[in-house]
Amino acid sequence: MKKNKRLRRAIIGYMYVLPWIVGFIIFTAYPFFYSLYLSFFNVSFSPDGGIEATFAGWKHYIYAFRADPAFPLNFWNTILSIVLSTPLIIIFSLIVAILLNRKLTARAFFRLLYFLPVVIVSGPVVAELVANNAASIVDPRRYFIYRFFQMIPNTISFPFLYMFNNLVLILWFSGVQIIFFLSGLQKISSSIYEAAQIDGANDWVIFWKITLPLIRPFVLVNTIYTVVDLASFANNPVNTSITQHMFDIDKPYSYSSALSWIYFVAVMAILAVSYLLLHERRTKRA
Amino acid sequence: MKKLHFSYYKTLKNPVTKTIIYVVLIGIGYAYLYPLLYMITMSFMSVDDLVNPTVTWIPTKITFENFAKAWTVLDATKALLNSAYTSLIPAIAQSLVTALIAYGLSRFEFPLKRLLVVLMLSTFLIPSQVTLVTKYVLFSRLKLTETVFATFLPALFGQGIRSAIFILLYYNFFNMLPKAFDEAAVLDGANSFQIFYKIVLPLSIPAIVTTFIFSLVWYWNETLLSGLLMGNKVKTLPLALRDFVARYAAMFPTADGSAANRINEGIRMAATMITILPLLITYLFLQRQFVESLERTGITGE
Repeated sequence: MKKNKRLRRAIIGYMYVLPWIVGFIIFTAYPFFYSLYLSFFNVSFSPDGGIEATFAGWKHYIYAFRADPAFPLNFWNTILSIVLSTPLIIIFSLIVAILLNRKLTARAFFRLLYFLPVVIVSGPVVAELVANNAASIVDPRRYFIYRFFQMIPNTISFPFLYMFNNLVLILWFSGVQIIFFLSGLQKISSSIYEAAQIDGANDWVIFWKITLPLIRPFVLVNTIYTVVDLASFANNPVNTSITQHMFDIDKPYSYSSALSWIYFVAVMAILAVSYLLLHERRTKRA
Repeated sequence: MKKLHFSYYKTLKNPVTKTIIYVVLIGIGYAYLYPLLYMITMSFMSVDDLVNPTVTWIPTKITFENFAKAWTVLDATKALLNSAYTSLIPAIAQSLVTALIAYGLSRFEFPLKRLLVVLMLSTFLIPSQVTLVTKYVLFSRLKLTETVFATFLPALFGQGIRSAIFILLYYNFFNMLPKAFDEAAVLDGANSFQIFYKIVLPLSIPAIVTTFIFSLVWYWNETLLSGLLMGNKVKTLPLALRDFVARYAAMFPTADGSAANRINEGIRMAATMITILPLLITYLFLQRQFVESLERTGITGE
C-alpha cells in the first residue's frame, strides 16, 4: 500500500517535470549534440531539401585555426575580453557592495542606479553607444597614468589599458553581481564584526579575515554568472564568425558548428579554471 | 550595551570616511549615467549644435526632429508592438512553466531527480552561440523560422532564456514555504495541482514577479537568437536598432549631400533612446520589484 502511494507520487512528480524533459531533449540536448555531430561532417543539401552529411573528421577544426583569416582573431578577442573583464567586474562589484552595505542616506538610490544597466543593456544598444562615443566617458589617453602604463612593457600593461578603455562596459555588466554580493554581505551576522572589533581588528583586517572568507561562495557564483553572461552576449566578435559562415556554399552549418564548439570548449575551460581557483577546499585543515 | 547593538561596522561616525564613500559612490554613479546623459543630450541636438565644438552638454535649442526621423526609420510603432508581444508572451509562459517544474522538483521524490537538477543547472552554462546553428536547422525543418513560435515554444517547455535560474529561484522559494499548508490541504481532499495553484502560487507572488520582470527584460533585449530565427519578419525594437544605419541610408539617400539628410549622432542616439525608453519607464515604475525581489526571493540560497 505504502509502496503504491510512493510510486503514484513519483509519477505525479514526473508529470510536473515532463515539459522540461521534453523541452530539454528537443530544444537543448538535440541542438547541442547535433552541432557537435555536424562539426565533424561535410554537409550538402539534397534536392528534396534534406541534409546529406559525409564524415570529414577534424577538417573544420583545423581549417578554423590554420586557414580562416578572421576566426582566430575574433575568437581570441572574445576569450581575452571575457578573461580580463570577469575579474575586474568581480572586484569592482565586491567593492561597491561593501560600500553600499553601510548605513547611507541615499543607499536605495545608488542601488537603483547601479542596477539600471541590467535592464537596458542589449547588443544593439551597446553597439550604438560604443559607435557614437557615448561609452567612452573620459579619453584615457589624455591622462598621465595611461601614458605611464603605455611606457611599461605591453605584456604587463595590457590588462590595465584594457580596463581604462572599457571602463563603462565593465561597470554596466556589474549590476546583478552587486546585488548578489549585497545579499551575501547582509547574511553575515554583525556579531562577528563586533567580536572582531573587541579583539582590536581594524577594517582592513576585518575585510581579509572575515568578509572575504564568508563571501567566497558568492564570489564563485558571481564569477560563473559573469563568464556565462559575457560569453553569451550578442556583440562578441566570435558571433560574427559563427553566423557569417552558416550558409557557406561549400560548408553550410558544419563549419559554424565547429566554430561554436571551439568556443564552447574554451568557455568551459574558463569556467573550470575559475572553479578550481575559487571553490572552497574542504580538505585543508587548520 | 546599546552602542554594541548598533554595529559600528555599519554606521559611519567618521565624517572623513563618510565623505570619501559618498564621493566614490557618486563618481561611480556618474560613470554609470554618463552614456545615458550623453544619449539624452545628443538626441535633442540639432545639426548645428552637433558640429559646434562649443556646445558640449546643453543644446542651444531643443529639437525633436531627430526623434521624428528615428521613429520613421525604426518603424517604431510596429517594432514596439512586435517587441511587446514577443517579450510579454514568452515571459508569461516562462513564469508559469518554470513554476510548475520547480513545484514538481520541490514537492515530489522520484528516481533520477538529482540527475535532472544537475542537467538543468548545466544548461545555464551553455552559451547560446553553441546551439545557434542547429536551432536554426531545427526550426527551419519544423517550418517555424520567421514566426514567433521559434521564441514561444522553448519558453513553453521550460527552455526559455536563462530558465535554469528561474527554476532554481522557484525551487528555493517553494522549499522555504511551510509544508504544513500542503498537508492541511491534502486532509481537505485537495490534489497536488489544486495545492499548487490555490496555496503555493498565491504565496509565491514575489518569485513570480521576479521571474516575470526579468524574463520580460531579457526577452526584450535578446537579439542573437531572435535575429536569426525571426529577424526579418518580426522586427523588434532592438533588431530595428541593429539595422538602423543601413535602413537610414536606404530611406534617406545622401545624393544631394545636404547636411540635414546625413545620418548623424543625434539621430542614432534618438533611435537608441526610443529603443530603451519602454524599459527605462518600466524600471522606474517597478524599481523596488527589480532590485529587492532579487534579494528576497532567495535565489542566492540559504
